[in-house]
Amino acid sequence: MRLIDIEVNTAVEIVSFEGGKGISSKLRRLGLMPGDQIIIIKRAPFRGPLLVDANGRSVALGRGVAAKIEVSLCE
Amino acid sequence: MRVALIGQPNCGKSTLFNQVAGYKADTGNFPGTTVTFTESSVRVIGEKIDLVDLPGTYSLTASNLAEKEVIRYLSSNRVDVILNLVDASHLRQGLELTLELLELGKPLIVALNMMDEAARMGITIDGPQLESLLGVPVLPLIASKGRGIKPLFTSVLDRGRNGTLVRRIPYQNQDLDDIILSLSKELQEMDLNLDWEWEALAIRLLEEGDDLLSEAESGDLVLRRTIEKYIQQVIQQHGKTPTWIFSEERHAHAQELADRVSTLGEERVTWQTRADDLLLHPFWGYVVMLGILLVFFQVVYLTGSAIEGPLISLFDGMIAKLGGFTGQGSLITDILTGILQGISGGVAIVLPYLTPFLLGMGFLEDVGYLPRLAFLMDSLMQRMGLHGKAIVPFILGYGCNVPAVMATRTLEDRRDRFLVATLSIMVPCAARIAVIFGLIAFYLGSWIALLIYVFNIIVIALTGRIMSWRILKENPGLILEIPPYRMPTLRTTFLKTWFRAKEFVIEAWPLLIAGSIFLELANRYKFADILNLLTRPFTWLLGLPSAVGLPLIFGVLRKELSLIMLRQALNVTDISQALTPEQMITFTIFVVFYIPCLATLAALRKELNTRDMFIIATLSVVIAMVTALIGRGLVILVTSIGVII
Repeated sequence: MRLIDIEVNTAVEIVSFEGGKGISSKLRRLGLMPGDQIIIIKRAPFRGPLLVDANGRSVALGRGVAAKIEVSLCE
Repeated sequence: MRVALIGQPNCGKSTLFNQVAGYKADTGNFPGTTVTFTESSVRVIGEKIDLVDLPGTYSLTASNLAEKEVIRYLSSNRVDVILNLVDASHLRQGLELTLELLELGKPLIVALNMMDEAARMGITIDGPQLESLLGVPVLPLIASKGRGIKPLFTSVLDRGRNGTLVRRIPYQNQDLDDIILSLSKELQEMDLNLDWEWEALAIRLLEEGDDLLSEAESGDLVLRRTIEKYIQQVIQQHGKTPTWIFSEERHAHAQELADRVSTLGEERVTWQTRADDLLLHPFWGYVVMLGILLVFFQVVYLTGSAIEGPLISLFDGMIAKLGGFTGQGSLITDILTGILQGISGGVAIVLPYLTPFLLGMGFLEDVGYLPRLAFLMDSLMQRMGLHGKAIVPFILGYGCNVPAVMATRTLEDRRDRFLVATLSIMVPCAARIAVIFGLIAFYLGSWIALLIYVFNIIVIALTGRIMSWRILKENPGLILEIPPYRMPTLRTTFLKTWFRAKEFVIEAWPLLIAGSIFLELANRYKFADILNLLTRPFTWLLGLPSAVGLPLIFGVLRKELSLIMLRQALNVTDISQALTPEQMITFTIFVVFYIPCLATLAALRKELNTRDMFIIATLSVVIAMVTALIGRGLVILVTSIGVII
């Protein structure tokens, strides 16, 4: 499933990044990689971005970006 | 001794830099680059060092030109010690950069900053253990309170004097380490003329290919083939590019280190979370945002206008008396008048608005509100083909377009920088507010002035949409760290304001003065008619009298001049005697959109390049023509409907 389809306050694990090299390398530079756990804290209205917590760091991700992050639910 | 200060964004780097360097810091442009590093000569513990403040970066993997320059600079012989600031409350992320820096093989010192914040979050870090694991000194620091600075720099001086080289930590994956060693051996045999440590060069070349090499070196086929051979080897063995595999390894290693040396406290719902619940709320977040912006603009407007009035009359008084000293109508009087007008334009019109504006912006930035604004505004900006980060230059633009253009620096993509610069110069700055209010609000009523603002926003949004759709490639989307809220220190905010105001003083003000002198000379030698003839095609199309040409030309020097000159050019005191409401609206719309002032052009040239500056200026004239004609058409339509009814 994709990060964009996940509910607020659900812990998920990043499986992979799809799409362009640009997005995955930007996420990588921010210290977000497959295997990391993230939680969606907030969703902005009007199809706005998601606010996620990644290892204690808050990161805003646009919907286009969130649609390219493949995740799986954590146990 | 030269010390390079590096760290991830929001780690308190500039706070430390300002604590140590203070207002003496000097900005220098390094040859061959467009990147500006701030360097300052400081005296610490009786020794003079050159402290270089490098832009905050998450990783050394270069994603833009500026970062490439950072890497080259760090690895060069010009740097004696690298001082790496790590946010102790986000140790794991910070250590990823530290591990990369270790690979450079340069003397390195790690400062764990914000120890107080980490303590508040219940995090404890075993510094000595981290020191022994990394093999470089690790010192605690609370830069905002000035604590730990002395021991830190004692250690920096010590390292610099001894020139202690550091050893990188070998990769746990033996294959990778072997590849690094054998590539570095081959590089060594090639007898390259580079400053790099061989292993450091090998790693960076594997991660970035020959991008990193200068043109001369990348022409070396043997070298390029060798790099390519090793990159292919990594891909074959691991199924991933070296860029990925190296950063994955460092990512895991940083996690492991952080787990070993730090213990996490209990997670609590802090006031930070509660503040975000309000400020990022789907409804109240926007209410608060509007409130903050309204108060902000009101304060800037009130402060600015309170200072502007008295200063303007002071300068006008001086200019009026000038003739008595140097002779009425003499060349010297005209030149002095121009100089005084240029000075008064800066000190009485620009700085009174710019300074409170920059102070307020600096405060909002240091407190951490700007990234949240980007979060709130992202969906609107998406519709213009941009992402939320671009909101900052737009807001700045309402004060002055110069800081707006400067703020495009924070955008990574060239595409975004160009687009945002093009759009933000269409935002009506304080000078254009003078025209909108002085002409439209004064003669036609304030609600028409408001309509002009709404029209302006629609045009900017449409232009953004058209440009991102037709000319430029797809928008990459928002990826932005939202840092914790922090109480800014007065010193840091004031210094930031000072540095930014200084950029206006040094770069734009001289142009303003030169422009004002030119204006005086144009009046003196009466080349007004010639200039009016040159602009006739524009004024004719817009249905304006040809005398309006000169004010429009001088508007390029300073936008508010178009209004000041208009009375002079039309030879009336009441503009409504010479221009119809339709002409006033057409004129104002044209003034709002056409070529930004000289100071903004200079900023465009500096932030982008000369070619882009000309493209944007030409584009702005086209947009101004089209929008002014649309405005004219709308006025005619509305009045004829009014007549029929």
